[in-house]
Amino acid sequence: MTYLLARRRSPWATAFLLLLALVGIGGIYALASGSTQAEATAPSASTTQIDEGRKLFLEGCSTCHGLNADGAFQLDGTIAGPTLIGVGSASVDFQVSTGRMPLAAPGAQVERKDPSYSDEETAALAAYIGSLAPGPEIPMPDLYDTTGITPEELALGGQLFRANCAQCHNFAGEGGALTDGKYAPSLTETEPRHIYEAMLIGPQNMPNFPDSTLRPEDKRAIIGYIEALRETPNSGGIDTGRLGPVTEGIVLWTLGLGALIAVAIWIGVKAK
Amino acid sequence: MSTSKVEQAGGAGYLWVDDRVPASKYLKKQLGKVFPDHWSFMLGEIALYSFIILLLSGTFLSLWFKPSMIEVVYDGSYLPLNGVKMSEAYASTLDISFDIRGGLLMRQIHHWGALFFVAAISVHLLRVFFTGAFRKPRETNWIIGVTLLTLALLEGFAGYSLPDDLLSGTGLRIAQGIMLSLPVVGSYVSFFVFGGEFPGTDFIPRLYTVHVLLVPGIILALITVHLMLVWFQKHTQFPGPGRTQRNVVGYPLFPVYAAKAGGFFFVVFGVTALMGGLFQINPIWLYGPYIPDQITAGSQPDWYIGWLDGALRLMPNIEIVFFGQWNLMLNVLVPAVIVPGIIFTAMALYPFIEQWATGDKTHHHLLDRPRNAPTRTAIGAMSLSFYVLLWIQGGNDLIANTFKINIFVITWTLRIAIFVVPPLVFVITKRICFGLQRRDRDKLLHGYESGIIKRLPNGKYYEQHQPISPEERAVLLARAEAPLPLPMPEKYDANGIKQKGYGVKKLQSRLSHFFYNEQVPMPTAAEIEEGNHHESELTAERNYEIDDARTKALAPHE
Ligand code: HEC
Ligand code: HEC
Ligand code: HEM
Repeated sequence: MTYLLARRRSPWATAFLLLLALVGIGGIYALASGSTQAEATAPSASTTQIDEGRKLFLEGCSTCHGLNADGAFQLDGTIAGPTLIGVGSASVDFQVSTGRMPLAAPGAQVERKDPSYSDEETAALAAYIGSLAPGPEIPMPDLYDTTGITPEELALGGQLFRANCAQCHNFAGEGGALTDGKYAPSLTETEPRHIYEAMLIGPQNMPNFPDSTLRPEDKRAIIGYIEALRETPNSGGIDTGRLGPVTEGIVLWTLGLGALIAVAIWIGVKAK
Repeated sequence: MSTSKVEQAGGAGYLWVDDRVPASKYLKKQLGKVFPDHWSFMLGEIALYSFIILLLSGTFLSLWFKPSMIEVVYDGSYLPLNGVKMSEAYASTLDISFDIRGGLLMRQIHHWGALFFVAAISVHLLRVFFTGAFRKPRETNWIIGVTLLTLALLEGFAGYSLPDDLLSGTGLRIAQGIMLSLPVVGSYVSFFVFGGEFPGTDFIPRLYTVHVLLVPGIILALITVHLMLVWFQKHTQFPGPGRTQRNVVGYPLFPVYAAKAGGFFFVVFGVTALMGGLFQINPIWLYGPYIPDQITAGSQPDWYIGWLDGALRLMPNIEIVFFGQWNLMLNVLVPAVIVPGIIFTAMALYPFIEQWATGDKTHHHLLDRPRNAPTRTAIGAMSLSFYVLLWIQGGNDLIANTFKINIFVITWTLRIAIFVVPPLVFVITKRICFGLQRRDRDKLLHGYESGIIKRLPNGKYYEQHQPISPEERAVLLARAEAPLPLPMPEKYDANGIKQKGYGVKKLQSRLSHFFYNEQVPMPTAAEIEEGNHHESELTAERNYEIDDARTKALAPHE
């Protein structure tokens, strides 16, 4: 996170964004010209990057996702990794740069961890998978840049957040439990790009919200609201974790009643 | 000179009043009334003071709160909700929070005060239960107390539901679900209460009347009766030197007790205000307005309804459908209606159950130390563990998420624990009580273990015991010998005819055995004498052997 933030202004970032733009254009072209043409057109965007990505993929991902990224089975017949054809560069960027992929250990949920790949490598991987078939693409920065967001947009973002996200991620994005050890993670530190991508692709147990359900401007409003949740100071004092009445109850029984009973005992002792 | 004139005038005025309303004598007597002192006697006071705080802060809120479901468009100063459609109730709560000076502080004081109120009542109830203060003649006050607790829960829930935010609505939705689960009448009850389909527009105004008028009024009346009864029946006291069933040892109401109580009121007020100022509570602007198809992770009630929510979360999803069209919603009915119904009924009737089972009809003004009533204490601890387990389940999702435990594992563990843990707690508590009683008995007989190790001439070591203080002695001696269990009734009388009421008597005897089947005998005066005088170094060893044998004989099961 801080690692990425620190690198935001490096000269590589410009190059990276340029590459993204190229891949994006390639993707749009691929979409426009029909999926059969995708393989023919996309590579022209940046053949070297795609080759690089393919190499990285063969080294780090193919054991689970297959040599052609079309999925692979384990010896016992269960799926080692699903096919990645058509998941799009956004999915790869999200999974790899939030450290979820390469998968460390199978568990109830694919955990977020420190990324194993540099930004360039991630971009290469994304470009490679993106070149296989059209799919959701890494969003342009202006889609998730929320500077200058208006109060109306913020209010819209809040409404959409409560309607679409709060049931899993909690009203303040603090996260919440799902069934069988799965959980919706806290959104308090997630980067805007990853929030956008998460909505776009719906990683693992999260539903996806394609542009037909949440328009790009809706997504931006939601991101704006999540950021506002982080930045606005708490009205009314120290919050109790923004987890609702349970933690309030804990504060009451420990701090509050604790203090009163201590005073009652003190008065009682004084009497003697 | 002028002061004396004022004094004179004052004196004259007093005489004038006293001449017509002869209060002097009465006041002198009443103000001199003695109250015993113990910190746990202040718990009821915390409840009383929180209630006063609630009345005051609530009145402030009622000046601005609009109990109306009319839809408005918010244009107050909380920007992230600007232009959002919402009910007037929710909008006015936002106004109180952001646009009325001191409003948020008052809201927070009111809410923390409510949490304090119910917490104080609950702890007060535990104090009354575990010390046996509910025994004759105070059964009436116990029932009033249980009613007050029930009303406090209702009042709190009503308050929580008023602002019409997402959590309010979610809570009401669950309440409506509970109404619907009532067999046959369910949907009628729901329509009646909500004035039509849920949520409708009638309910918030109705709830408002309940919250600011009906329930507080009844609570106020009941508190008055409650305190009058404490006044007339006199306060109980813990055993101690010079304290008997017939006297009250303590301080006079005026000035000592009044000053203390007055001071304590300000402490309670201060702590509540501090909490209101320092800690955010119920940030309704983050929850958003209630919209029936929305929900947030971590939707929970305030702590005092948490156990009910937990019961709902604990219950497996069992539903019986009769003839393909009539549903019996056991999944809701059992945890939300039947179990709480049994719990509150049992709680209200407990003094009478104990009285009947033990056959104890005497007056009690001296409190029991919990260890000296092992079965009662064990019942209390068992119930408490049951409650706490439900409470934990009420927060199962937060526990799952915080400690990364599978939520199903938590639920299933608690489903088993709810049957296993309370009985275990019962047995363990009872054993601990008897252990403590035995230790008390040892102390009476041999004094306390001084920690001084002495060596006997024959080379053996023993720990020197020292006599206990007179205060402690008085406390230990106050344990009344428990009566023997009621005998099993004869089934047939002398003529071989079945006794009338045999079944009931048998049950009573069974219960009585349940309460008194096991006892640690009080040492006799002679034994205590002996224990004290023969505690010389040379006989210490012998005494130990005897004592050991005696203890074993008294407790054959161990
Ligand atoms: C240890 C096996 C393993 C390795 C190594 C691995 N993955 Fe995965 N990957 C999985 C599994 C399993 C899933 C499916 C997770 C789920 O849905 O719960 C997955 C899912 C994905 C997805 C999301 C697919 C979708 O449907 O959206 C992407 C993208 C992905 N992996 C990319 C990669 C990349 C890139 C690498 C190499 C850097 C990689 N993975 C390495 C096992 C693996
Ligand atoms: C059904 C529940 C559910 C809903 C609804 C949901 N999410 Fe998620 N979300 C999840 C889960 C589960 C994950 C973890 C996915 C994984 O295993 O990688 C997640 C992950 C995320 C992440 C990645 C967080 C990180 O730091 O890695 C973001 C961002 C996110 N969600 C945003 C949203 C937004 C915005 C919405 C509303 C538009 C939303 N989610 C709606 C369940 C949900
Ligand atoms: C509105 C809430 C309540 C208030 C304001 C309140 C207040 C008080 C006060 C100030 C006393 C005297 C001091 C004390 O013993 O603590 C008292 C005594 C008592 N209360 Fe309450 N109480 C409340 C609820 C309850 C409840 C829930 C119960 C039990 C179910 C209960 C049962 C009793 C009994 C039996 C006494 C007499 C105790 C004795 O004399 O030792 N009260 N109450």
